Amino acid sequence: MSRLTHNDTQWRDIQRNASFQELVQKRSRFAMTLSIIMLGLYMAFILLIAFAPGVLGTPLASGMTTTWGILIGLGLILVAIALTGLYVRRANGEFDRLNARVLEEIKR
Amino acid sequence: MNIAFFKLALVVAGSLLTGATAMADALTGPVTQQALNVPAIIMFLIFVGITLYITWWASKKTRSASDYYAAGGNITGFQNGLAISGDFMSAASFLGISALVFTSGYDGLIYSMGFLVGWPMIMFLIAERLRNLGRYTFADVASFRLSKRPVRTLSAFGSLAVVALYLIAQMVGAGKLIQLLFGLNYHIAVVVVGALMVCYVLFGGMLATTWVQMIKAAILLFGASFMALMVLIHVDFSLEGLFNEAVAVHANGASIMSPGGLVKDPISAISLGLALMFGTAGLPHILMRFFTVGNAKEARKSVFVATGFIGYFYILTFIIGFGAIILVSTNPAFQDSTGAIIGGNNMVAVHLANAVGGSIFLGFISAVAFATILAVVAGLALAGASAISHDLYAGVLKKDNADEKKEVRISKISVLVLGVVAIVLGIAFETQNVAFMVGLAFSIAASCNFPVLLLSMYWRRLTTRGAVIGGGLGLVTAIALMILGPTIWVQVLGHATPIYPYDYPALFSMAVAFIGIWLFSVTDHSAAAKRERDLFDAQFVRSQTGIGASGSVAH
Repeated sequence: MSRLTHNDTQWRDIQRNASFQELVQKRSRFAMTLSIIMLGLYMAFILLIAFAPGVLGTPLASGMTTTWGILIGLGLILVAIALTGLYVRRANGEFDRLNARVLEEIKR
Repeated sequence: MNIAFFKLALVVAGSLLTGATAMADALTGPVTQQALNVPAIIMFLIFVGITLYITWWASKKTRSASDYYAAGGNITGFQNGLAISGDFMSAASFLGISALVFTSGYDGLIYSMGFLVGWPMIMFLIAERLRNLGRYTFADVASFRLSKRPVRTLSAFGSLAVVALYLIAQMVGAGKLIQLLFGLNYHIAVVVVGALMVCYVLFGGMLATTWVQMIKAAILLFGASFMALMVLIHVDFSLEGLFNEAVAVHANGASIMSPGGLVKDPISAISLGLALMFGTAGLPHILMRFFTVGNAKEARKSVFVATGFIGYFYILTFIIGFGAIILVSTNPAFQDSTGAIIGGNNMVAVHLANAVGGSIFLGFISAVAFATILAVVAGLALAGASAISHDLYAGVLKKDNADEKKEVRISKISVLVLGVVAIVLGIAFETQNVAFMVGLAFSIAASCNFPVLLLSMYWRRLTTRGAVIGGGLGLVTAIALMILGPTIWVQVLGHATPIYPYDYPALFSMAVAFIGIWLFSVTDHSAAAKRERDLFDAQFVRSQTGIGASGSVAH
């Protein structure tokens, strides 16, 4: 596991490659944004439970049994799935094409 | 709250949220052995037959170390996602969460949420870098540019601690569950689970373990979908109607629609949230699955598939729990003379199966519950054996120059030993309270494995000294706070007041780990530390592009 790349200098070329820098910048920013959204929503949910549980127990409309908590809870599950889907879509498309271009440029 | 409440060991996972008080009776209550359940046993034998056939098939395809540890990297993203979701859809979550929804309604949803949100974070922060840097275990990644022996030793101990705690909880849960569902003796049940677990891993390696997990995940999803569908048909597909009926018959009335007493204070709430969210990203048997796919693209796909199935499954258990409120709690056939649920509240999903699908479907769900335990323990055993053979034997003892065949042989011996140890401990802990163990496993994973893994990939200035001391401190703090907390100090050891007042250590133990790693890294001015930092760029390029990553092996 100690071999880092095919040879010891190749990674320096890649590091200087413009496409690589673009890839890293785009992907890191995207991953960070989505992480902050997910973490923020979940932490907000936990804090709501801890400090204001009544909010989650409010019915959606007067006379209804379904509460905001149910909607928010199920919504969070769907958001989690949607955000991972969003990431895969862009990473397996745009980012992988960029990655392929990096590898192509390095070979030349 | 009667004694039958949470008497099954399976709720171990439930203990994370139900809080210490409710868990006091978790595993101490007596379990009555039920009458022999013939359809369930027949269906379970069919499952065992199929999985043993797969193990035989996998054994012929398992030749190299890569085959054994990582199924040759030939698992597809979809298959791996299904297997990962299988690791999460344990008997504990199926029976435990539906029981939690049954007793306290909304709280069950809070509980499952914590398990789910870890997955997007794994996707965004860990999955592709992990796949690009590692080969068989997450220690490969953690020790990539650091000094191999100390970091692998720490990672191996972190892994083994998590695996051991998880495994004991599963074995005890298995014994009690099988006693209830199949009418088999506890000891026989534990031995059967241990023996089959060893069989799958020993002969079939990761390939068999993955297929067992996939088949189980598929039948569990099918069974749970059917049950949820029948509940929805009963209420004419109106969730509002379902909740209405449930509120009308539940003893707690409308309060089941809002957060209850599950999370007592903000510190416990946040601590628990952190343990669930980041603990997932430090579970060795989960991280190992990322090396079974060919590349980062498939790794990402598998996280998406897993997140989708796990989220879907939690929604199903929520509906099943509410369905049990209206169909099981109102039916005297499922209650004993005192009005308590026969077999305890953890049996509500099983009773619901009977209510909506008759005795054949009841047998099917019982068999699925048994299969679920088998699949989960097999994954745990493989992860534990890999920590011993790949990290401790090949990495530490042989300095990465081990003979591949010998390494696999060591791993197989470890599986045998782990199997025997698991059976012995499963029997030894029969009457003990092991409810805190899964909680502790998640806390250790979040406080030792996760910080070291994350920083090794993201933080240039991390050094071996920082990783080992900081990770070690996190491990020790998590265990110490758990021992000094309400669950062990008060309930197990019988002291009057806990020294550490909160149920979950993660908030503090994670802080200790991160601060420790930071402090002992930035003050490390050794030549070795400089070399390790210089290697960061090369590691970074590989983690981003996958150049040099181990790929799939064609047969």
